[in-house]
Amino acid sequence: MNKITNFIRSFGWPRIIITLFLLSLFIIAPFVGVKVSTSLSDTIVRFGMNGIMVLAMVPMIHSGCGLNFGLPLGIIAGLLGGTLAIEFNFVGPVSFLMAIIFATPFALILGWGYGKLLNRVKGGEMMIATYVGFSSVAFMCIMWLLLPYRHPTMVWGYAGKGLRTTISTEGYYWGVLSDFLKFRIGENFLFPTGMILFFAFIALLVWAFFHTKRGTAMTAVGSNRVFARASGIDIDKVRTLSVMMSTWLGAIGILVYQQSFGFIQLYMGPFFMALPAISAILIGGASVNKATIMNVVVGTFLFQGILTMTPSVMNSMIHTDMSEVIRIVVSNGMILYALTRKSEASR
Amino acid sequence: MKERLKESGKEKFLHILEKNSVPILFTVISLIGIPLSGYSLSYLGQEIVVRIARNSFLIIALLVPIMAGMGLNFGMTLGAMAGQIGLIFMADWGIVGIPGIILAMIISTPISAFLGWLCGKILNMAKGREMVTSYIIGFFINGVYQLIVLYGMGSVIPIKNQALILPRGYGIRNTVNLISIRKVLDNLLALRIGTISIPVATLIIIGLLCLFIVWFRKTKLGQDMRAVGQDMEVSRAAGIRVEHTRIVSVIISTILAGYGMILYLQNIGTLNTYNSHMQIGMFSIAALLVGGATVNRASIGNVFLGVTLFHLMFIVSPTAGKNLIGEAQLGEYFRVFVSYGVITLALILYEMRKRRDVERSGRLLAQQQKSEEV
Repeated sequence: MNKITNFIRSFGWPRIIITLFLLSLFIIAPFVGVKVSTSLSDTIVRFGMNGIMVLAMVPMIHSGCGLNFGLPLGIIAGLLGGTLAIEFNFVGPVSFLMAIIFATPFALILGWGYGKLLNRVKGGEMMIATYVGFSSVAFMCIMWLLLPYRHPTMVWGYAGKGLRTTISTEGYYWGVLSDFLKFRIGENFLFPTGMILFFAFIALLVWAFFHTKRGTAMTAVGSNRVFARASGIDIDKVRTLSVMMSTWLGAIGILVYQQSFGFIQLYMGPFFMALPAISAILIGGASVNKATIMNVVVGTFLFQGILTMTPSVMNSMIHTDMSEVIRIVVSNGMILYALTRKSEASR
Repeated sequence: MKERLKESGKEKFLHILEKNSVPILFTVISLIGIPLSGYSLSYLGQEIVVRIARNSFLIIALLVPIMAGMGLNFGMTLGAMAGQIGLIFMADWGIVGIPGIILAMIISTPISAFLGWLCGKILNMAKGREMVTSYIIGFFINGVYQLIVLYGMGSVIPIKNQALILPRGYGIRNTVNLISIRKVLDNLLALRIGTISIPVATLIIIGLLCLFIVWFRKTKLGQDMRAVGQDMEVSRAAGIRVEHTRIVSVIISTILAGYGMILYLQNIGTLNTYNSHMQIGMFSIAALLVGGATVNRASIGNVFLGVTLFHLMFIVSPTAGKNLIGEAQLGEYFRVFVSYGVITLALILYEMRKRRDVERSGRLLAQQQKSEEV
């Protein structure tokens, strides 16, 4: 009995409720005519799409900068990379590689500036991160209209200048990762091997980083700032590094998302994109100042599972599409739960 | 031989400039934008008067939590939602005019009180992170609001007036026509000065609210709130029930936001069921910050200055953008950017100033001690 209560306390009631909810959806699915194989396949695809953006939360949580509400900044760097890759007419896998190469300097510069800003406002990072994210999306809205892009698939047809709201990646880097080594089981289950392998690769890089000297220093800064300073670690430098990493991961994350989704969404697209990633990692068990890769994997899977399963199952069951409302309640409820905790993360 | 510790006159001037940087910046933007947009002064004057009457109540609702040290109450959307629910029932029961508005206010009060209590309780669990938390609470309760209004109403909650219901049979429509109460309060005592029509009744109500706030500050509860806002631990030691006072401040703010939303909507005349409340929070906070308020100090003067400057910028930007660069869309985006940018700037300045004030008072104290040693 004690073991069970200990497990419940460490796992946390909200996570248990969400896991049970997801399991019940999977169990009900075949009874209402929703194929489990398709749903599982969809969940895995969405897991791959969002995984790296959730991973982007980890460095900043480790260094004590809180939840990265300013993920849109990294997403913007990724958008710049993607649009530049298309502008210069790169196709296929090379296109994806060039997008990463173009996005990286933007991500590093934006991350550096953003990190310096957060260092000046220690203690109030989360709120400022949110509004920096919003302001930069709004600012880029102006920029997307003005920047000198010329490629015919990207600009408005009539005037010939100013980018469109959504740009298709078909023919460029759509499916580059997902289609790599993909395999089918039966008729409905499609496994996007390339995307999952890429996620595993990046996750491995992040995990390896946190086992280096720099990485351990970052964790120290987040756990106990005074101890870290006493050990001779330059706190501001480490925090800036974590923000730069987080922004770069955000850029990579949105590129992976786009290659699977098939579209680049500009203007107000990235506006609210931080919230799903934040909910996902919190559902996975992270807290405001502790997060592991396991949290990322579990959280993204649970969150995307709910997002995939709820519409199809609920629709077939009670013939109402409540998915949007449930998504809002679940994701924001999770964030609220995490914000009101004082304790560390679990697992 | 005591040295007089004092900052030089120049330092003092720079300090004042920095403290009021946001309103000054906005005045400059407006001064550039107005001639660019080509609007006449009388048109702008009328617009500003209308907007002051429309928005001030909501913004004044933000003053109470700032007094109590809870920062910017992004949770005012909860009050806005309660006000909207009140209006939906009013529209359903077909009550028109001033009695309709009063009915909506009466319905919204218990809902606002409950939501405010809930919000306050959650905020007490997240001390130090009130602003982010109230921001997320706004989204969360929006989900619950949608659950009630989009699914509950018409099915579980009986709605008589079929015109309000979506074609599928339940759930309120995206827009609810409020023609029955449109401008009733504004036109009650409308005064014309030249070409400008002034909604005197609404302004009287706003004036009464200002008096209420001034009086409230002097009551015991108001003093308790200010003490809690200054320092929670000291107030607790002085015997003030800190958590209770914080919750009360949020409840008052939410109830006032509910009334403010009803006043806002009676001016506009249409209820945008699923969108109005989310935007209103952001715009009200931006306006307050533009008026020179900070996260821990705001006055009634900030409210009116803020409404004027913020809405001037709002009206002027699209046309100014079009005339300047040739794209009207640019002006729209510029407006959004400036709204978010001003909140970002205010939040950054607040955090930096918090740090700098501690450093500054420490430095002055050290100077004083040094001069006393001599």
